[in-house]
Amino acid sequence: MNATADIIKPHAVLPDAQPLLTLKGVTKTFPGVRALHNVSLSLYPGQVTALIGENGAGKSTLVKTMTGIYQPDGGEIAVDGKVVALNGAHDAFAQGITAIHQETVLFDDLSVAENIFLGHAPRTGLGLIDWRTMRAKSRAVLNGMGAGHIGPDDRLKDLGIANKHLVAVARALSIDARIVILDEPTAALSAKEIEDLMMLIEHLRAEGKAILFISHKFDEIYRIADRYTVFRDGEMVGEGMLAGTPQNDIVRMMVGRAVDQIFPVRDSQPGDVVLSVKGLSHPTEFDDISFDLRKGEILGFYGLVGAGRSEVMQAIFGTTQTSAGTMTLDGKAVAPKSAAEAIESGVVYVPEERGKQGVIIGMPIFKNVSLPSLRKTSKNGVLQLAEEFSLARQYTQRLDLRAASLSQDVGTLSGGNQQKVVIAKWLATSPKVIILDEPTKGIDIGSKAAVHGFMAELVAQGLSVIMVSSELPEIMGMSDRVVVMREGRVAAVLDNKDLSAETLVRTAAGIAA
Amino acid sequence: MNALLKNREIWLVGAIAVLIAVIATRFPGFAAPRNLSTVFNDTSILMILALGQMVVILTRSIDLSMASNLAFTGMVVAMINAAYPGFPIPLLILVAIGVGLILGAINGFLVWRIGIPPIVVTLGTLTIYRGATFVISGGAWVNADKMSPDFIGLQRMQLLGLPVLSWFAIATIVLFFVMMTRTALGRSLYAIGVNPTASVYAGIDVGRTKFFAFCISGAIAGLAGYLWISRYVIASVEVANGYELNIIAACVIGGISIAGGIGSVGGAVLGALFLGIISSALPVVNISPFWQMAISGTAILLAVVLNARGERKQGRIILKKAEAAAA
Amino acid sequence: MSAIGTTRQIPDRLDNPLRSLVFSWEALLVAVAVAIFIVNSLASPYFLDVWSLSDLTFNFTEKGLIALAMALLIISGEIDLSVAAIIALASTLMGMAAVAGVGTPGLVLIGVGVGIACGAFNGFLVTGLGLPSIVVTIGTMSLFRGIAFIILGDQAYNSYPASFAFFGQGYVWWVISFELVLFLVAAVIYGFVLHKTSFGRRVFSIGNNPIASHFTGVRVARTKFILFCLTGLMAGIASVLITSRLGSTRPSIAQGYELEVITMVVLGGVSILGGAGSILGVVLAALIMGMVTFGLGLLNVPGIVMSIFIGLLLILVIALPILWKRLSRRRIA
Repeated sequence: MNATADIIKPHAVLPDAQPLLTLKGVTKTFPGVRALHNVSLSLYPGQVTALIGENGAGKSTLVKTMTGIYQPDGGEIAVDGKVVALNGAHDAFAQGITAIHQETVLFDDLSVAENIFLGHAPRTGLGLIDWRTMRAKSRAVLNGMGAGHIGPDDRLKDLGIANKHLVAVARALSIDARIVILDEPTAALSAKEIEDLMMLIEHLRAEGKAILFISHKFDEIYRIADRYTVFRDGEMVGEGMLAGTPQNDIVRMMVGRAVDQIFPVRDSQPGDVVLSVKGLSHPTEFDDISFDLRKGEILGFYGLVGAGRSEVMQAIFGTTQTSAGTMTLDGKAVAPKSAAEAIESGVVYVPEERGKQGVIIGMPIFKNVSLPSLRKTSKNGVLQLAEEFSLARQYTQRLDLRAASLSQDVGTLSGGNQQKVVIAKWLATSPKVIILDEPTKGIDIGSKAAVHGFMAELVAQGLSVIMVSSELPEIMGMSDRVVVMREGRVAAVLDNKDLSAETLVRTAAGIAA
Repeated sequence: MNALLKNREIWLVGAIAVLIAVIATRFPGFAAPRNLSTVFNDTSILMILALGQMVVILTRSIDLSMASNLAFTGMVVAMINAAYPGFPIPLLILVAIGVGLILGAINGFLVWRIGIPPIVVTLGTLTIYRGATFVISGGAWVNADKMSPDFIGLQRMQLLGLPVLSWFAIATIVLFFVMMTRTALGRSLYAIGVNPTASVYAGIDVGRTKFFAFCISGAIAGLAGYLWISRYVIASVEVANGYELNIIAACVIGGISIAGGIGSVGGAVLGALFLGIISSALPVVNISPFWQMAISGTAILLAVVLNARGERKQGRIILKKAEAAAA
Repeated sequence: MSAIGTTRQIPDRLDNPLRSLVFSWEALLVAVAVAIFIVNSLASPYFLDVWSLSDLTFNFTEKGLIALAMALLIISGEIDLSVAAIIALASTLMGMAAVAGVGTPGLVLIGVGVGIACGAFNGFLVTGLGLPSIVVTIGTMSLFRGIAFIILGDQAYNSYPASFAFFGQGYVWWVISFELVLFLVAAVIYGFVLHKTSFGRRVFSIGNNPIASHFTGVRVARTKFILFCLTGLMAGIASVLITSRLGSTRPSIAQGYELEVITMVVLGGVSILGGAGSILGVVLAALIMGMVTFGLGLLNVPGIVMSIFIGLLLILVIALPILWKRLSRRRIA
């Protein structure tokens, strides 16, 4: 039986085809924010269009507008030249528009088959859901994309991140979409998985689908895309064929000025060992982790997503318990059982999941900053607001926080400014070691530079920094030494002098030179 | 086998079987089919109500007003029956379902359109609906002698060896089973409980689905209103006072997660049966009925502890050796 | 003040404190309270009498005491549905002790002690075992009251020592009852703890984001455990007052109080989702609920009908600001 017969429907690929989907003058405003302004965009069948822009440029809003989650305030969306109204995800399905979103928006407690077909499940003659057909079709879609190892009856929560992504792709394919939007689909994938995804996109392109590919990674964009569209501040600022367009031109359009990602130049002279970790182990997450962190040093932690780096950091911060190993801080043995104990001893942690673990949305900036220092700012447990304000003012100003007032809800700040609040909160505790987990993930270029500059300033003042990052330029540009982790173990500790991107990637992936 | 052990329904069936077996060792009559069918009949109303509550809990909501809705609807149908004894009973049942549905829709509307948290809405309507019962009845009771023989008799009629009340329960169970497993609405109810954001992306209107959930629980409470009044042949303001907690208890014991998205028709039914068996067993084993409450409390606590064990999320396993050991 | 270096000074706050006071939830509650007071005094000639007003306070002091602690618990993102059952269990055990000849100080100790123990049990199940509080306390609600039923069945205890009557029936000065004084003192203490201490600040932070609070060194489990104990303690105190006022204990004592207490807290502006609320609001809500109940009582409106008003009040007071916000936004757009 040809399992893939009902999914793959070859389309003729015309070299100068008419656009399949066009946006004309689309505008979307939220209270106080103009997310999209007069946006025009065309997607062509059999072509991949790359959507490029900084965070906050309006890309996510655009995706949500194209998939019916948001309704535009002005402008029109046309499919096949006919203007359509997309009032909800259903209308977008009906027009053959589908998206694979940045975060996997799937259902953990439902089966793979249902994740693929929820909302458009096959029905029996009585109008009831036909589970048997649904399973068969799921298997066909998964086999067709080379993901036969995923079973239709598997619970989604039992799958790894990469496989969940494949289910999301399968869902998109099952709709028989003509227009496929991929919103940063490679963010959580390993190199091998990214390669598989690229093949899949090529396959979709060959079928004549119009594809919008959103990514921050230029190597991927140049690898897969035919066209580009650049967004800045909710407006389309440039578009064209990618072939023959230099990367710098696109970057200039993105930021409105020419920039190279420049890392601060530091004259680093690491001192004595501040934090020494020996044989730290966890039953399932990591094993035998040993490293030293010196005074005034930035120690990078590199590895693939899921290599266990965050788990090690959380163990050092006391929020994950260990099964073996020792830690010494300034020569004294420490074994934090909670974040409170770690903070007390001078170790602080800027988490990767900022909204969930970092800032306390719903509370003003100054209360966020003073929270770990309440003992310092209060007298016998009684709050002293003046003290809190002065503490918050001191540290947020050092970080060049952009805010209207210190009583503003931290949730109203941009990602970059929220990150500054988290860092300010920790600096106010006068720590010895500051752990930054993906410190510039999802923040704009301006804030990124500010965070990097500030890290350099901190180590110059004698603080020690551990920086977990999956961005090669950041690891190479900032670290004095790099610990590379693979599958829960330390694969290598490399000095800045021997650093090459190739070595790092090889070591992280476990490929012999 | 492993999957079988993870199945909550299997555990519940096991627990119920052990419970019956233990009672039967001293009182063999308890396990007799005749007695078990009586227990089932006695538990019918709770099973029906638990199914309605389950639908709401799946959507991360809660309906505290079900017992008040039941009392109000029960009073309405009792008063109609007292005033117009000739009013056909099937039509009266439809009236009960309809009145219940309206009360449920009010809850659903406040949750969906105004955006008030379900616990606040139903806390409010819990007192309002019961107060309204007083207002329409003037505080008076409707007794058995004011009810028509058909009104009282219908659910006591035997059909294929079971009372009609049991058939009401069986029909509701079948209907809910089909709805929850084979209809788009049923699957949407699960989906919005598991992940509301993803549901929006899948084209499900989360607010409207919640509204439907409250309509369902309301209609169920209405149906139960008729069944309750005709079973206990008295309609008063005090009917089923505090019973909302028994309904929720049945759901919790049945493994329906208060966090939404997890639960099954079988679970709700078995949870209700578990409570029903305990209350029928107490007089048999000669324990004062005053023990009932403490026993159900303990059962709820045990169930929630066991459910939490089952639901505890397993972290990502990074180490290869640990993965091999876990497999 | 000049800006330091090149960075500009971020002001502490922008909004006018007076303006935010006028548009606060508490201001709305004051307006509602005044309106109800006026309506009550117009509707019944007996309302404006010091003894009437004194009697009025008994309508909210006991529930209000529990509401103070419940407010903190709900702000922290938890809930306790077992408070009325704690009252019943504490009252039953006090009754038992009274029969055995325990004196008034001993009885108070038992009432308060049982309350704290029950609260600690809830706290352990929620914070120690990581269970959802709504389900846990539905369970303990059955368990605690169930134990009272096992002990008492359809009997009642009513042999309390004479001196025990003071707590629920005594007056400190003229028309000022002991219960009222206790409530006001407790309100001041709870208001201070919630709004003026670092403990209170942590309660808010836990309610807004328990995970981030945990990652910021706040001892989330310990704080929540303390809040459950406090709620139990207040239920124990309320048990002493009610038992003393009624002079008898049945296992059905204080039935349904938990919902009234939660209504009071939510009406007082505490977010049922946690993270926001004030003690002043809860005190005003207690007063409003007491006046509505008492005013309708003077008009011979039955208690069950009053509950309609309380239920409507709860929904309206929550719904109106939401609708108002929506309406004014539409007008701007």
